Amino acid sequence: MDYFAQQLINGIVLGSIYGLIAIGYTMVYGIVGMINFAHGDIFMIGGFIALISFLILVSIGLTVVPVILLIVLLVSMAITALYGWTVERIAYRPLRHSFRLAPMLSAIGMSFVLTNYSQVAQGARVKPVPPIITGGYTLADQNGFVVRLSNAQIIVVITTIVLLAIFTWLVAKTRLGRDMRACEQDQTMAALLGVDVDRTISMTFVIGAALAAVAGMMYLLYYGLVDFFMGFVAGIKAFTAAVLGGIGSLPGAMLGGLAIGLIETLWSAYFSVEYKDVAAFSILIIVLIFLPTGLLGRPEVEKV
Amino acid sequence: MTGARVTAAVPKATSEATSEATPKATAISHAPGVAFILKKALISALVALVLFSLMIGVRTEAGPTGQLTYWTRFDDLAIIVGAVFGGSIVVELLRQWWGPVGTIRVVPSSVQRSLAVARRAIAPVLLIFTFLVPVIFYDQRYILDLGILVLTYVMLGWGLNVVVGLAGLLDLGYVAFYAVGAYSYALLATNFGLSFWICLPLAGILAALWGVMLGFPVLRLRGDYLAIVTLAFGEIIRLVIINWQSLTGGPNGVSGIPRPTLFGIPLTPGDDGLAAKLGIEFSPTHRIVFLFYLILALALLTNWVTIRLRRLPIGRAWEALREDEVACRALGINITTTKLTAFATGAMFGGFAGAFFATRQGFISPESFTFQESALVLAIVVLGGMGSQLGVALAALAMIGGFELFRGFEQYRMLVFGLAMVLLMIWRPRGLIGHRAPTVFLQHSQAISSDLVKEGHG
Repeated sequence: MDYFAQQLINGIVLGSIYGLIAIGYTMVYGIVGMINFAHGDIFMIGGFIALISFLILVSIGLTVVPVILLIVLLVSMAITALYGWTVERIAYRPLRHSFRLAPMLSAIGMSFVLTNYSQVAQGARVKPVPPIITGGYTLADQNGFVVRLSNAQIIVVITTIVLLAIFTWLVAKTRLGRDMRACEQDQTMAALLGVDVDRTISMTFVIGAALAAVAGMMYLLYYGLVDFFMGFVAGIKAFTAAVLGGIGSLPGAMLGGLAIGLIETLWSAYFSVEYKDVAAFSILIIVLIFLPTGLLGRPEVEKV
Repeated sequence: MTGARVTAAVPKATSEATSEATPKATAISHAPGVAFILKKALISALVALVLFSLMIGVRTEAGPTGQLTYWTRFDDLAIIVGAVFGGSIVVELLRQWWGPVGTIRVVPSSVQRSLAVARRAIAPVLLIFTFLVPVIFYDQRYILDLGILVLTYVMLGWGLNVVVGLAGLLDLGYVAFYAVGAYSYALLATNFGLSFWICLPLAGILAALWGVMLGFPVLRLRGDYLAIVTLAFGEIIRLVIINWQSLTGGPNGVSGIPRPTLFGIPLTPGDDGLAAKLGIEFSPTHRIVFLFYLILALALLTNWVTIRLRRLPIGRAWEALREDEVACRALGINITTTKLTAFATGAMFGGFAGAFFATRQGFISPESFTFQESALVLAIVVLGGMGSQLGVALAALAMIGGFELFRGFEQYRMLVFGLAMVLLMIWRPRGLIGHRAPTVFLQHSQAISSDLVKEGHG
């Protein structure tokens, strides 16, 4: 039971990270109707930028942990958001009216570019960092088995909840959110009614990338390492989460992220660690076959 | 400092543009002035500065004690930002020089005729040249090896072309069938001692079986969803190969895979070898030449089968499926069999190529079957124009040849490959040789917005 509780905590933390990435997928798919294949690599870039800015801040003598975390968060969000904007501007916008497969292939190309760019720029070896946030709480201690909730885990979950709240407000209440929902329904009509479609789509990518940067930073805090290849698998899993939750739905993305995180952790704990990625990918296939609209998605009507 | 300059440049640029545009509006109505170009380049450089500031400007590395250290590379950063600034100006100037693109340029009919002749001649010429390659370059092992590699990718490209180019099903996990073929041969040959010629059809059949197994669940999926599921399928196969150590040897792979024989006659220096039987002196090149003709024969078989199938009802059904699935169903075409045969046929050729790969290398490991391989084969098909057999062959030649140019700079190879893929999609989304050649030529140039030409969602 204690073992299960511990795995539950771990799964929720991992799921929060997947959920943050999944929001980027689900928003872009909702508006542009394409899988932003490079989104996983944006997450990886976010992790790298968090790592580098953290190193610089520590080396110039800053020691107050909350201040460091805040600055790292803002810096990585800002720079990664610019990456998201640039990727959209270079690789997707010229293809807005091209044939169906073009944006997908361009996105795959962009994913290779980002992966290998960070390999060339920062080297191929895994970059470890010493634990930034230490300490935690012991929830239960029975028969020598300890259920622990670390401060890093608390911070990951709280940050996710706060960001999700801000973001839900952004989509529901602000002008930008209304524009986004309008573009999602009908781009041509939205443009006729005075919505700047290009700008709205750009902003979608910017927000998605900023959230991916937060996920990258949380990953760094929680696992204490980044490497240039982590975007690929994390990206597919986050996409699975987005599909599982129902693509286009924000709470769905978060729900799907939690589900994938829990399934992966429990699978590793009770079955086999080696096949945890196989489990996640199989879920993607199973969900798409039996539940193509996801948990909270709307059914898509096929039009001729 | 730079930021202040940009904000200062914005009003200047607009005022200059208006003052310049009003007196001679007819002459340079679409050509923006110098200020506009400079402003654009400056913004690009600024974006580049922010993007690369931490990733390029600072290099991190784990030190000997595991402690991360960093050092700065501001000179590299400056070079890159400068290059972006200069490049942006050059691109903008080129754009003005070429003028607005979008109208179809009508080629004179005489040029068109000679082009058509050249196009018809290129395939036989290429084929004859390929046949002669082992004769011409007999002493150059490097060129023969490269030729075998190119032909392997030509075959893979033609195989995937059935799925992507003809049936319009975007398959991102094609390498899975390549892996199934390679491992089928490797395991059957090393465990049961079966010969290459028995294993080759078996590898094809097994791969086709896996193709059907993938095809069944994804029948209802289309477009991007199909792509991501096939990608997941390819990864699952690779992960299972890595983790099922008792069968596949895990990450260590399978070694000691037997070399192919010429219908039972081994190409070895021994008394029963081919050289001894023919009464000529043994040379290791014989085996390379044999492998070259073997893969050439396999590739041509793929090509021949594909061309024949296209003339059959099933081939027509594939192409109809690519154009419009809903219309297909309405016309009574059996979608299930059409899709499954496309997957199975493509997978079978992938399996053949995999068996050849295993016998050529003598050693296989999961590292050879990553997603990058799938993307490379897909890029070959797309570059070749999706459906054009000749285009795929030329694209494979260009792509593998291009990779060879990066022999010394392995780490930049995939970077350039990805960039090329993006640029290709922007400039020539239909590939180098468009397959859907127009049957009626326009006499006048006519601008058609791409919005009006809507593609069927296949």
